[in-house]
Amino acid sequence: MASQKKKHLLPGFGLSLGVTLVYLSLIVLIPLAAVFLRTTELSWHEFWAVVTTPRVVATYKLTFGASFLAAVINLVFGLLTAWVLVRYQFFGKKVLDALVDLPFALPTAVAGIALTAIYAPNGWLGQWLEPYGIKVAFTPLGVVVALTFIGLPFVVRTVQPVLEDFSAEAEEAAASLGANRWQTFYKIILPAIWPALLTGFSLAFARAVGEYGSVIFIAGNMPMISEITPLMIITKLEQYDYAGATAIAVVMLVISFVLLLLINLLQWWSNHRHGNK
Amino acid sequence: MQPTQFQQYQGKVAFKRATSEPAWVRWGLIGLALAFLGLFLLIPLAAVFTEALRKGWGVYLAAITEADALSAMKLTLIASFISVPLNLVFGVAAAWAITRFDFKGKSFLITLIDLPFAVSPVIAGLIFVLIFGLQGWFGEWLIDHDFKVVFAVPGIVLATIFVTFPFVARELIPLMQAQGKEEEEAALVLGASGWKMLWHVTLPNVKWGLIYGVILTNARAMGEFGAVSVVSGHIRGLTNTMPLHVEILYNEYNYAAAFAVASLLTLLALVTLVLKTYVEWQASRDAANIEKEVTA
Repeated sequence: MASQKKKHLLPGFGLSLGVTLVYLSLIVLIPLAAVFLRTTELSWHEFWAVVTTPRVVATYKLTFGASFLAAVINLVFGLLTAWVLVRYQFFGKKVLDALVDLPFALPTAVAGIALTAIYAPNGWLGQWLEPYGIKVAFTPLGVVVALTFIGLPFVVRTVQPVLEDFSAEAEEAAASLGANRWQTFYKIILPAIWPALLTGFSLAFARAVGEYGSVIFIAGNMPMISEITPLMIITKLEQYDYAGATAIAVVMLVISFVLLLLINLLQWWSNHRHGNK
Repeated sequence: MQPTQFQQYQGKVAFKRATSEPAWVRWGLIGLALAFLGLFLLIPLAAVFTEALRKGWGVYLAAITEADALSAMKLTLIASFISVPLNLVFGVAAAWAITRFDFKGKSFLITLIDLPFAVSPVIAGLIFVLIFGLQGWFGEWLIDHDFKVVFAVPGIVLATIFVTFPFVARELIPLMQAQGKEEEEAALVLGASGWKMLWHVTLPNVKWGLIYGVILTNARAMGEFGAVSVVSGHIRGLTNTMPLHVEILYNEYNYAAAFAVASLLTLLALVTLVLKTYVEWQASRDAANIEKEVTA
């Protein structure tokens, strides 16, 4: 009896799964497969030549380097922001909490031109940095600034709920055993939020790697210096070099998929630890 | 032996020291966080409106009522009106299949639904050029039938659907998972039809998640730049969405007009944030009410 297969009581399994699979295939899977199929038009040798030209390699370095740096900045300040929003009371906290999602809601092109206006040599902040020889707009530093903006909400929003759920007992126990505040943070709180921190970091990094709109305005887009990989794809497309654009896209897609896999693993790990607490 | 009053006091101080930070650390951290958020959120926000109004209200109003700007707004609304309902229906169907039934490959399916988030917007545009463009799979067929996808409205809509694909499903799946299927089973046992159950039980239960998903989808649909930029062809008055119009004006050094149109998109973002906060507040209030009813 117990081994008898349970029939679905709820209706609509066939219909809902059918709609899901058809729509997913039409919009996402088949179009993405097109990229991989189109690269087969190139021989392996041609493919390798396209994706390793010095100008393209320079874009990988900038894209991944700047994304990493921006994600590190967000790791530190995202944790700080989440901490302050969860643990302290101050005027205007609710508004700031809501504003953290601004980079999700603001169109990237708007973010791009706003940041460029601020950091241009005659801009609000640019004019103060200029005398010290610090140039932000139209340099790789500008790319880091734009990518930091884009990735800002990720660490805050992954760490915040974990910090809210963190039980006061663990901290009190640490305190009663003689730990000082720093030790409690370092040995009790940090290990508990570590998976969430890493998840937020990788989400911010993955988002930054693919980002286009906010970067192209502030980057200056000089070949070998401040060009990002997505821009390279656009440049190739504008020259009607479809095969070249596709080859670079495949490199980016493979890296993105690996990142997605990593993020899913991290989230699984995070839930696992959270659930076992 | 009872601890003396002084020892008790000492203990309390030590305890407080170990479970909260001294005031100077607290205010230091708050100050640092405020400086960071101010630098990256408030200043850019203020810059958009200052630049938009730099040449006065006359220039501002002219920039947002000019014919090309109006047609860009129209196209942005069209793209959003088509992609939001489609992704909404998909999101409900996907969440229903995933949270109410067990089948093989479920977690793989969830990963596939997330895929558009992992893909660069530029690549999201590229894939549709590869399929429907001149050198694409259906390129010649489309020319023969005098139907344009790339560098035309259908391409813009397709790219928008792609980049906003996961939002509703992602909001609904955890929510419906948490709610369980007991209420729906009860409705069926009491004789409701499948559609009636969906309309009167499932959808009201996930109302706030659904609204939140739609808000996010809409914000992204109206603001998408990279993907739309690849498939649009930037034809003024025809295939320009608002973000693309901002880019064109900016590249023409027409900064005041570019920021004027950008300020409308910024207002849209702010409205999105307000709605989001409201929806979260309502959802937590509903949850608290249910808890009260249960304990009463």
